[in-house]
Parts: sequence; C-alpha cells; structure tokens
Amino acid sequence: MTGSTLTATAAQVVVVAAGGPLLLGGMRQVRARLEGRAGAGVTQPWRDLRKLLRRQPATPAGAGWAFRMAPLLLMATSLVVAAAVPLLTTASALDPAADLFAVVGLLALGTVTLALAALDTGTAFGGMGASREITILALVEPTILVAVFALSARVGSTNLAAIVTATLRDPLRVASPASLLAAAALAVVVVAETGRLPVDNPATHLELTMIHEAMVLEYAGTDLALVEWAASMRLTVLLGLLASLFVPWGIAGTGLAALPLALLAFVVKVTTLGMALGAAEVFLAKLRLFRVPELLAGSLVLALLAVASSFFLA
Amino acid sequence: MSAGAGGHRLRAAGVDRPVTVIGWALAGACGLAGVGVLAAVASPARVRPGLVGAATVGIGMAGMVAGLAALGGQSWQARLPGLLPLAGVQVAVDPLGGWFVTVTGGVLAVAALYGVGYAGRGHGPGGRGVLAALPVFAAALLLVPAAGSVSTLLVLWELMAVASLVLVLAEHRARPAVAEAGWWYAALTQVGFVAILLGLVLYAAHAGGDSFAELRAADLPAWVGGVVFVLVFVGFGSKAGLVPLHVWLPRAHAEAPSPVSAMLSAAMVNLGAYGVIRVGFDLLGGGARWWWLLVLAVGAVSALYGILQAAVAADLKRLLAYSTVENMGLVFLGLGAAGIFHASGAPAVAALALAAALLHVLNHAGFKALLFTAAGSVLHATGSRDLDALGGLRARMPVTTALFAVGALGAAALPLGNGFVSEWLLLQSLVQALPAGGVVIAVAMPLAVAVVALTAGLAVATFVKALGVGFFARPRSDAAAAATESPPVMLAAMGILAAACAGLAVAPAALAPVLSRAVSTATDSPTDPVRGGVTLHLAGVASTMSPLLTAVAVAAAVAATIAAVGLVARRVARRRAVALWDCGAGPPTPRMQYTATSFAEPLQRVFDDVLAPQIDVDVTPHAESTYLVAKVAYHARVPDRVEHALYTPVIDVVRRLGRLGPVLANGSVHRYLAYGFFGVTGLLLILAVTR
Repeated sequence: MTGSTLTATAAQVVVVAAGGPLLLGGMRQVRARLEGRAGAGVTQPWRDLRKLLRRQPATPAGAGWAFRMAPLLLMATSLVVAAAVPLLTTASALDPAADLFAVVGLLALGTVTLALAALDTGTAFGGMGASREITILALVEPTILVAVFALSARVGSTNLAAIVTATLRDPLRVASPASLLAAAALAVVVVAETGRLPVDNPATHLELTMIHEAMVLEYAGTDLALVEWAASMRLTVLLGLLASLFVPWGIAGTGLAALPLALLAFVVKVTTLGMALGAAEVFLAKLRLFRVPELLAGSLVLALLAVASSFFLA
Repeated sequence: MSAGAGGHRLRAAGVDRPVTVIGWALAGACGLAGVGVLAAVASPARVRPGLVGAATVGIGMAGMVAGLAALGGQSWQARLPGLLPLAGVQVAVDPLGGWFVTVTGGVLAVAALYGVGYAGRGHGPGGRGVLAALPVFAAALLLVPAAGSVSTLLVLWELMAVASLVLVLAEHRARPAVAEAGWWYAALTQVGFVAILLGLVLYAAHAGGDSFAELRAADLPAWVGGVVFVLVFVGFGSKAGLVPLHVWLPRAHAEAPSPVSAMLSAAMVNLGAYGVIRVGFDLLGGGARWWWLLVLAVGAVSALYGILQAAVAADLKRLLAYSTVENMGLVFLGLGAAGIFHASGAPAVAALALAAALLHVLNHAGFKALLFTAAGSVLHATGSRDLDALGGLRARMPVTTALFAVGALGAAALPLGNGFVSEWLLLQSLVQALPAGGVVIAVAMPLAVAVVALTAGLAVATFVKALGVGFFARPRSDAAAAATESPPVMLAAMGILAAACAGLAVAPAALAPVLSRAVSTATDSPTDPVRGGVTLHLAGVASTMSPLLTAVAVAAAVAATIAAVGLVARRVARRRAVALWDCGAGPPTPRMQYTATSFAEPLQRVFDDVLAPQIDVDVTPHAESTYLVAKVAYHARVPDRVEHALYTPVIDVVRRLGRLGPVLANGSVHRYLAYGFFGVTGLLLILAVTR
C-alpha cells in the first residue's frame, strides 16, 4: 500500500461524496425540464444537506440504538464501498479486501441497518417500508450474484480491479453477449437497489406508496442529512460501478498522473448514465409492488442467459 | 448403557498404540459422562442441573481437547474388542473427525454452561431421567465422529438418537406439541437409522470387514457403491434435516429445551454432513458424478425451502430451526459441488468447495448456538416464542439483544458476520468452476449460485424480521414489556459464543492450516485450499477478500462520520425527543406496528405457489341483517407443504392398516386357532410344491 494508492482511494471517496448530491440534483433538473418545470437547480440537494446539517436530530419516543446507529452505518458502508470500487483507479487500497461479493454485501448491510432502524421506531410506516425494501433486496440478490458469475468466470477472479483490467486488456469482451446481457441485468438491479422508478418513486409524498422514504420518515436534522447523503452516494457508486464494469476506459492504473483524466471520464460516464436514468423516469410509471418480482425475475433470466452464453459462446 | 462404564474399561483395555492426548481426552469424556449420569440419578433436585451441567461442560471441553489435538496432526486408533459383543469397538480419530469433534465439543460445553443458568422455574430439563440422558447424549455425540468401524458408528448413532429423543421430550408435560414432535423425531430418526444400517451393512458385506480401514481398501462394483451411497445419504440426510426428510427438525428443535435445541441444531445436525463426507469421500473415494449431483440438488432444494419457511415463520425457535435446514442445505450444496468437481478432475476447486462446506459447518454451529440460546433467554424471560407477541426487548434485555444481533448478522451472511466468510468461499468455488468444463457444470453451477444468492437474500429478510420485530420496536404484549435480563451464567455462555462468532468473522485465515488438514484427510490428497493472514487467498482462484480489513474500514468510516458530523454540526449535538409521526391521528399504539406476519407478507405473496399458505376469512353477519357484519375472523397459517403432501398420505395408509389390527385380532380364540391351522397348512403346501 503506497501513498499513491491511498491518494487515489481518498480521491474516489471525496469525488463520490461531493458528486453524489450533484448527480441527484442533475437528475431532478433533467426530469423537471422534461416535465416542463423550471427545476430547483443542480445544487439544490447540497443546499438541502447544508440546511439539514444545521438542524437538531430527533429521537422519536421509544426508538433505541438501532435507530441512532443506522445513519452512521449506512454512511460508513457507502464510504467503504466508494473506496473499494474501481471508479477512478484500479489500484484502490481496499480492492484486495472487498471483492464484488463483499461490495454487494456491504451495500446490503447498509440497507439492513436502515430497515432495522425503521422497525425500531415501531410505527406502521417504518415496518411497511422495511418489509418492502427487504423483500426487494432478497429478490435482487440472485440477479446480482449470477451477473457477477457471468463477469468473473472468464477472468478467474471476482475482484473488481481484475475484472476491469481484463476488460481494458481485451476491449471486445464488452461486446460479447455475456457482457451485454449481464449489463442489462445489472441495470435493472441498480434501478431496484437505488429505489428509482419503476420500482420505487423517490419523489412520492404518499406514505402508502413509499418504500425507501417510509423507512426514513422519522429521521430529522443531521440524521436525515446523513441518510440522504449516503443514498445519493450509493446511487453514484452503483452507476459508477455499472460504467466501470462495461465502459471501463479512462480508469487510472497505479500511477497518480492519469487521475485527472480518470476523474473527467468518471464524471462524463456517471453524468450520462444519471441523465439517461432521469430522462427515462419521465416516461415510466411506478410498478405495483407485486409486479416488481416479475421485473426482477426477468433480470435474473437475463443474468442466467449471460452465464450460459459466456460458457457456450466463448 | 452407561457410557461411563465404557470410560473405565477403555483405559484398562489393551490398545494398539500408546494412548495419546486424544485417547485420554475421549476416555475422560466417557468418565465424565458416567459421573454425570451418577450425579443425575443420585443428587438432590436443587443441585442436579448444576452438577450434570458441569459434567457436560467437562465432556465438551474434553472433546475440544481431543478434536484440537487431532486437528493439530495427531491421530489415534484403538480397538476395544471386549466392549461390544461380537464386533468390538474401534475408535479412530483423524483430522476430519477432529474437525467435527471440536465443533461438537465447543457447542456442548457452551450450551451446557448456558443450561446451568437456564434450568429451574419450569424451564429446561430437571428430572432424573432427562438429566441422566444429557451426559450420555453429549458423549455419544462427541464419539460419533471418532468411530472407526461400522458397528461402533451404528451403536453410537443410535445411542445419540435415543438420548436426544429423551431430551427433546423433556417438557412433554408442559405442552402437548412436545409429544407430537417426539413422535415425528422418533419415526424419522429410525427411518434414517435403518437407511444407514442397510447401506453400511451392504458395504461391509462387500468389503468383507467392518472397520473403516477395510472399507476404504474395498473395491466395490459400481452399482453397489451407488446403492450404498444413496442409502447412506438418505440416512445422514435425515439427521441433517434435508428436504423432504426435514419435517421432524422444526418440531423437535423448537420444542426441545433451549440448551438442547442449541446442541441439536448446532452440533447434532452436523453429523449428517460428517457421515456423507466420511462415507462418500473418505471411504468410497469420491464416486460417480451423479451421486453428487443428487446431493447438490437436494442441498439446493433444502436451502431454499428451509429459508422460505423461516422467512414466513412467526415462532422464533421454529424460524431458527428452519434456518438450520437452510444452512445444512448450503453445506450439502457445497459437498455436492465438491463431489462433482472431484469426479470431473478438478481437485483444487473440489478442495475449495469442501473447505467452504466444513467452514460453514463451524460458522453455522457458532451463530446457531448463539441464536438458540438467545431465543431461550427470551423464552425464559417472557414465556413466549411468538414474534408477533414480542418486541421492545432491547430496552429490557440489552445484552441479549446485542448478542442476538451478532448471531443474526452471521446467519444473514452479511459482511462483518461469520456466515459471510463461508458463503463467500462457497460462491467462489461455484463461480470459478466453469473452466473445469462439462455441460453439467455449466448448467448446474449458475443455478447453484442463484440458489445460494436467493437463500442469502431471504436469510437477510428472515433475520431482519427476527431481530427487528422480536427485539426492537415496542412491546406487543405485557409479558414482553415485563421481561428481565437473563442471569450472568447465561449471558456469559452467550458471550463466549458471540466472541467466537466475531473471531470467526474477522480472522478466518487462522483456521486455514487445520481446515487444509481436514480437507486433505477427506480427499486423501494434500491440498491447501485457503491461505493467507489478513487477506484470504485461495488456491487456484485469484479472488481475495479480507474480512478484517473490511471491518476496520467500516469502523474507521463510522468514526470519521461521527467526527465530521460533530465538526459540521457542533451546535446541534443534543438530540431532541419527539413524538412518533402519526399523520395527525393521535399517538400510534403498539398494535399498529408491523408484526412478523405482516413483515413477511410480501414474501409470502411472492412465493405463494411454493408455500401454499392457507388463509381463511370468516365473515359473521349480524343476526338482524346479512348486510351488517358483526365479526370478521382472519386466520392465516403457512403449513409445511412437504409434510402435507408427502407424509399425510403415508400416515393415513399406516393408520388404515393399523385399524385392521382389531379386526384381525378380535379376541376370539377360534379365530387364532384358525390362523395357526391355515398358516401351517399353507406353509406345508408351499414346501410340498416347491421342493
């Protein structure tokens, strides 16, 4: 572990932490414009965070340590994932420590802490949000891991840096059916994991239709700021991961010199993906909760096809 | 039979080699079992659980000593011809057996310690007979992996089964469900025993001897090998609770006293896996690929079915028991994968899969013993196992809640938990098997990965439910609101288990050498599947993972977040107490909370076709008018579908046959004489015609 690795890892964390709210703002702005509204501007989420960070956190009557710990753990897992995933560099200090399975597990751990916090409040909405979020988490898991299988089988490693490096060395790999199918499967997963349309509506104001928002209803002040911030970072990391796995060009190696270029490439890739997701959301309606499993089953089939084609068409 | 008498004779009998640490430890365990039985029979009721518990703790620790010595590279064999008529007793401890002896010993010691605190106030075993069965069960459990011949294994296996049956029935006066669980357990354990008996006797007959060394050397025809393996797999699979032979497990493990539940669920079921490894890999030497495809398929079905039932269960101990079915399914999935790779000529991946299965046995033992003991503490404090009636325990039982959380983290297979490490190894072996070639692998492995992943996801849902609904939130009943923290002995026992889980979660690499030794014994070739210190490295696979670094990184990130928030928001450090968000409708009551049943409802709906829940809605109209509803009753239950579809018809047939009994034997002497007459005449006729 050298100084340059640590610098690159820290740069990743800083970029994700700073860029997450901006990405969210950008997506909202795209959506607003396409819907014919003026929009609040790209920096609105940052202004919200600034406001929330100055407000007192609240502990509702009867809530315990799970409620208090969840924002911290959610933020911590998001930070660790941001450090481990090859967004700017393939030489992250945490790459040997956390492979793709561990990254998926850490993201799930963050979700679980939030679900436990929601149950801890002992309200109907909290339980409802937790139940729905965990159901979706359980159903998403097979797709992710089978897609990981498809991506890592030919590389011989589930470490993200190894997968990205192999793709950089053999660019045609991206155009293989296995890779394309896995990309489609993982795209559905990212939408489900980050609570975007058509799985969850992040802008809903009706408690009964909420998933993610129902879990965080009781949070206020700095707690809410952490939860919102971490959510935007998770969105950034997952979009960045999707970009790194399927369009890895621009990611720096061990040296620091390529880092500015990597940063530019990362910003372009994630912004494009985010804007595309934001634009697509304008044309989508939220699925009924019990139609979501069908969508996820479809993505699992795609992932299984990806594995099959990586074996039979290779 | 008193195992204690065995202990004394063991020392006196002539043994092949000088008695080593293993020999002395196992002899000590048998001696302590004798002492425990004496204490159970002779001591007054007040000190009885303590004395027997202490003896059982000693048995467990002796087992750990023996197991660790075996894992350290020692081996020990002994023949004691006088101990068992006709066949004699043969004991052989190698690293593979040592792995299971160690796990069993650890679980026994801690669960017995817990049991000392648990006994009394109508809980736990207290009677003479039941307490006398405890040390016998412990010693038999410990010695099964040390058996060195077919007859020794069978005797110990049956001793273990009978003693555990007595323990399961301990609370039969308190609840009628216990007797029913006992019936199921007795029937299925005997079915399993008969299958093992037939398989091993057939094997021994073809091998011409009954010691494992002779079996190992035998050269069986392929069909005999197949028949032996299937029979033995059925027998050991029933002990491990594999679907469809699992139906006894959620009943017996839920109805047994909680320390016994921990022993059954964390130690006894493992021996099913031990049996399959011993016979399939060690004795039969791997065998054909279809054997292991069968194991893989049964394991996958068990894992999925077990966790689905656990996800919709509202009874805490039943939930944990179904989770045992799931985890044993995962272990057998690993074994099946290992066998397939072994038969396909990929020894490195096979060793990795086998290592994953063995490590999962250990991890599962750790977190399941912890979870069952914590569930026992809840039962002890509230008198209820119904999650729908629990809640709010974190305020009244903070230590138990924290310890249960550690166990739940392991059981949910999330990072920072110990279950994650072994599931990671399992996934690595499945994912990296593709180059091993063959269409079978290419089709089976992605499906296996999908099963493991769905299982992991549902396990998360299960344990979020168990922890979030059972321990967090607000109390849903008066009993839960009045719960008190467990006595220090119970907390200490659970604390040891939690520490073990934490150790396994962050430093699994410390086990790498002994794991390699156990795997090498099973596959009979030196392998080194897992290496590394802080970071785990695998043989033949480039993936790495470091649970310790991940834990440190998460801890550092939490500290950094706290520091950053403190810096940015210094003025607002004090938290404000507020009322819950109630939509302006007045404070929400505890009855408005989500319960375990409602939490699992979406999953129940998604897996409607598999679970086939039974939902009855009875609408009672008012006496005056059918349009006015007086009462609506809603009943929902998720019965075990396998039990319903597979066992109910069999039981019905047996019952109908049983009803023939009174008809055939109605007490008339004339009829019995007629039976005798026609029986003898018929026999004579047959003999006259055939000879």
